[in-house]
Amino acid sequence: MADGAVFMSSPDERGHFGSFGGRFVPEALIAACLEVEFAFRDAWSDAEFVEEYQRVLHQFAGRPTPVTPLDRLSSHLGLRVYAKREDLAHTGSHKINNVIGQTLLAKRMGKSRVIAETGAGQHGVATATAAARLGLECTVFMGELDTVRQELNVFRMQLLGATVVPVLSGSRTLKDAVNEAMREWVTCVENTHYCLGSVMGPHPFPWMVRELQSIIGHEAARQLDELGVGTPDLVVACVGGGSNAAGVFAGFANTPARLVGIEAAGGSAVGKGSPGVLHGMRSLLMQDEFGQIEEAFSISAGLDYPGIGPEHAYLAESGRAEYYAIGDEDVIGALQLLSELEGIIPALETAHAVAWIAQEAGKSIGAGSTVLLNLSGRGDKDVAQVRAILDDKS
Amino acid sequence: MKSLEAELRQLRESGRKALVPYFVAGLTPDWVRHVEAAVHGGADAVEIGIPFSDPMIDGVVIQEAALRSLRLGTTIDSLCADLASLSASVPLVAMTYFNIFHHYGLERSAGKLHASGIGGAIVPDLSLEEAEEWKRVCDQSDVATIFLVAPSTSSERVAKVAAASEGFVYASARMAVTGQAADIGDAERVVGSVRAVCDTPTYVGIGISTPQLAEEAGEISDGVIVGSALVRLILDGADASQVETFVASFRHALD
Repeated sequence: MADGAVFMSSPDERGHFGSFGGRFVPEALIAACLEVEFAFRDAWSDAEFVEEYQRVLHQFAGRPTPVTPLDRLSSHLGLRVYAKREDLAHTGSHKINNVIGQTLLAKRMGKSRVIAETGAGQHGVATATAAARLGLECTVFMGELDTVRQELNVFRMQLLGATVVPVLSGSRTLKDAVNEAMREWVTCVENTHYCLGSVMGPHPFPWMVRELQSIIGHEAARQLDELGVGTPDLVVACVGGGSNAAGVFAGFANTPARLVGIEAAGGSAVGKGSPGVLHGMRSLLMQDEFGQIEEAFSISAGLDYPGIGPEHAYLAESGRAEYYAIGDEDVIGALQLLSELEGIIPALETAHAVAWIAQEAGKSIGAGSTVLLNLSGRGDKDVAQVRAILDDKS
Repeated sequence: MKSLEAELRQLRESGRKALVPYFVAGLTPDWVRHVEAAVHGGADAVEIGIPFSDPMIDGVVIQEAALRSLRLGTTIDSLCADLASLSASVPLVAMTYFNIFHHYGLERSAGKLHASGIGGAIVPDLSLEEAEEWKRVCDQSDVATIFLVAPSTSSERVAKVAAASEGFVYASARMAVTGQAADIGDAERVVGSVRAVCDTPTYVGIGISTPQLAEEAGEISDGVIVGSALVRLILDGADASQVETFVASFRHALD
């Protein structure tokens, strides 16, 4: 890490974070990406827009979410663990922060419709929610496999007035839902905004989504100060595409805190990936020896993604953030641990981060360290799956 | 000027509209025979699709074909080896997504294409802004870099994209993925915007599914690219003579 380097500021004018990022899209989508970029630059420097975004997050989505000291888990692990409670945000995860911003932007751009991809369904539910609030038409693309795993979220989206399109191509999971949303966007850029759900895709999405999620980190930094904790020793978040991690890291990128992203072992782009180009970005990807994209396999649909946002690839390469993987077998135990000790059932995605903290307590996390866990989502959507797994075991 | 462009300019000067069928390499074990049949049927150049797992701008037909070809083990090396048996002499153009070349190595990819008789490459997800290094290595290997112009491309941008495109300019007839159309959409306006800024041959693709549409597109451009309709035929089991008949029907419409 270079001395004096500033992390998580703006990418270069073509959307690069170091050698990652950029805009690798068909010519037909270039104009649409430019439109989003100009609109977001304009909106994000407009105090009225920012104020409206913050007001909606407060009045509609319940922000600021609290930071909760996890006392029993802390004494169990010999650490001081604090949770940033994104599970308490409306719709049950951090995804709402991004979609409130992007739907306001869509309206500002004069679009009447939004489309989105979703894996676990959290981003789809959040988009359907934000779209309903503004009277925007909403279509969500979801891998067919995920529509089965997350049946209840499909129904929630439909209740919210959205159309859910099961994606039958490829591995029928998140990466294919992204392909399908991109294909759809080509045909309807005139009236439709693609509300991308993570810090991925072509410029400006990785940057824009990080900006819209950075409220997590900025709030948490202030709240930890108020609690007298100050800068934590570690900030830990799960990473699929990496939006909740980017959001919380943004509040601590230029502090001495260790930033740690936890991938699913079956979708570990940093651990098992290599540089490549997919979904509009150059990043780290899981791919075979011929450059064909590999399918990710994880217990949690939200981490089933073979890539990672380009800024994370850059943070990993530069050494500013560390990334580790947790296997499916450790996730359920972590979910039970947090549920039983703290009365919080986390999402399976979040449970990966909990599992890593539990595994490393007293090892790479020194005893007594302060740890900020980004509790990115609640586990309600996962309980049926968890029950099935636990029933299988017994 | 690169060899591909010289050949395609010569074709235009001869008064012939270019017919460029698209094949997914390795879709069947005898796919090179299909290419030869297309040449017998009147193809002037052939687009060789190198399959990729995540073809973002392609519709269901080419997606299905790409995945089938990948299951049969197609790679850059295998398809280039297959091409050694091609008996027809015809300009070849590769079409694939950037990750394939990125992973194989840019310089190595351009060298491999050139060595296999492929004189140009279409990489639809490689935007002009990201193409600097790719253009540089293609210059070393006499591989033409072909870019697309879309109905949504602004006129200032058309000038840049068309100037960077060698061999021909690929004019997208519509805002759509490959393989779904009933008319030639915005083709006339897109071709006009290219012609206003350069005299590189300009071919219309995306949605040219029937001889009738090829005829219409040929009237306002220098040639047509026929992809999904032909790939569908091959997915459904067409043999070489059926491929030849199919291509000949487009030839007839264009002449």
